[in-house]
Amino acid sequence: MDAKRIRIQNGITYGMVIAFWAVIQIMDKTGNLSSLLKGLLVPLCMYAILAVSLNLTVGILGELSLGHAGFMCLGAFSGAFFTNCMETAMPSVGLRFFLALILGAAVAGVFGLLIGIPVLRLKGDYLAIVTLAFGEIIKNLINVMYIGRDASGFHFSNKDALSMGMDETGVVIVKGAQGITGTPRAATFTIGILLLLLTLFIVLNLMHSRTGRAIMSIRDNRIAAESIGINITKYKLMAFSVSAALAGMAGVLYAHSLSTLQATSNNFGYNKSILILVFVVLGGLGNMRGSIIAAVVLTALPEMLRGLNDYRMLIYAVVLIIMTIFNSSPKAIEMRSVVMDKIRHRKTAGKEAA
Amino acid sequence: MATSEVKNTPMLEVKNLSISFGGLKAVDSFNVVIEKGQLYGLIGPNGAGKTTVFNLLTGVYKPNTGTILLDGENITGRKTIEINQDGIARTFQNIRLFKELSVLDNVKTALHNHHRYSTLEGILRLPKFYKVEKEMDARALELLKVFDLDQQWNYKASNLPYGKQRKLEIARALATDPKLLLLDEPAAGMNPNETAELMETIRFVRDEFDMTILLIEHDMKLVSGICEKLTVLNFGQVLTQGDTSDVLNDKRVITAYLGE
Repeated sequence: MDAKRIRIQNGITYGMVIAFWAVIQIMDKTGNLSSLLKGLLVPLCMYAILAVSLNLTVGILGELSLGHAGFMCLGAFSGAFFTNCMETAMPSVGLRFFLALILGAAVAGVFGLLIGIPVLRLKGDYLAIVTLAFGEIIKNLINVMYIGRDASGFHFSNKDALSMGMDETGVVIVKGAQGITGTPRAATFTIGILLLLLTLFIVLNLMHSRTGRAIMSIRDNRIAAESIGINITKYKLMAFSVSAALAGMAGVLYAHSLSTLQATSNNFGYNKSILILVFVVLGGLGNMRGSIIAAVVLTALPEMLRGLNDYRMLIYAVVLIIMTIFNSSPKAIEMRSVVMDKIRHRKTAGKEAA
Repeated sequence: MATSEVKNTPMLEVKNLSISFGGLKAVDSFNVVIEKGQLYGLIGPNGAGKTTVFNLLTGVYKPNTGTILLDGENITGRKTIEINQDGIARTFQNIRLFKELSVLDNVKTALHNHHRYSTLEGILRLPKFYKVEKEMDARALELLKVFDLDQQWNYKASNLPYGKQRKLEIARALATDPKLLLLDEPAAGMNPNETAELMETIRFVRDEFDMTILLIEHDMKLVSGICEKLTVLNFGQVLTQGDTSDVLNDKRVITAYLGE
């Protein structure tokens, strides 16, 4: 019934991402890509993935989560840890990166499930506060964690590298606050775009399926959903852990774009979680295409405006306000639909004339 | 209804059902027997405990005492979703639709447990996804047609006019393929025309789907028009029960509603 319209809408979203990739490729080949923009490409993909995955929790499930950076942190560290551990066993960087992506997503997904069990019993502000705390806890735990490996196996400590008591063959992999160093920088823009497309594929198809309807019914009316036999806990946990797993995947991408990975407030703090939430809210709740656009614009903008120095944050704020109005104000939405109708009308009129 | 044949097990048999909230006995030794295919009314003044009875029947509250037999099966103390799968579906006093979903999707959501494919099949868009979705669309449209909603299948549920929202709620409840349908004040907020139309629809649902229906209602025209039997609740207790005309002429019922 609705399938055709949904297919067109999803097609536009995929097309937009692919077109973005193509434009960047052309710019790169013709030498029009500044080094500043080049450095932004992988983070752009990462933020887009994070925004889409958080939109699954906030827009589709309707629960406010402020711990998204925590799941990203988990993914980043487990992925980077894997890549570093397997250096000798698997010389191929590509293969290690690929497996790290799966592992990072799995670890974040499992934690999403474990954290979701107690946390999803809460509603609204309380859920936001607890997820915020979980995000910070994850970051701080990783900050004091030391993991090393020697001939006899893995060693673990939460004090310092020495107290692990490794023999002379020992190598420290996770160095507490100094994090993980020496991860190969395997993340490229193309891989980032592929992962974004994968994320979109999972989230959009999930949304428009039996499972997605169940999740959205919980958002719209929990009591009614229960009365028609929807298992609330199951679908809440499913949405939350899929969202966490995708954030974990974005984390692995991030970890492989840096040579030094540290769990600082800058990287994985609550500011990051709120930044992702800003993308989601500005792009529109439940609107995946909007999330991507918001993530790209708001990530690229401050960097692009560096030349303007003092006016940078001013313009950023103005863009924020305009986007909010364009996406959320009823009048603006009305105007958009009128414009869309006109375009559609012209199209059908053209067809009839032909 | 075959009354002359061997006595069938009733669709719903409630014995001695009670629940208290703190010191308040909201429902006190409630008994009712509803035969298959019956249109049964539950009436009573505001605060008599009618909706509480619905919430007990659908597992929203756990009763302190008593048993609920659905088609001979004991469903006392089960969870809401289990009771729905056992065969009780309901509508709500204050409409509870999935507001952001389309009319069609509201019904399709209710087909959740009858037309299945796994989440993975859904994400990967395997052939089963297309097959089952097609079945769901067909079934949902069939139900919408009954309620004259099929033309508006792609409306957002919250954009439907009030009367149609009530109908959509009934369609959604029916989509779970229940044995017993509970309607909580289906005519609330409707004008006389809409109420008359609703009466037709309820009767039609009973005949067409071979449904047993228990409804709460304040609109006496509707109650006397379609209910075959009534139970009157007052202060959580059964005041009287029996055939509609007898009950409505009972002095105690008139007193309960209008006072001495």
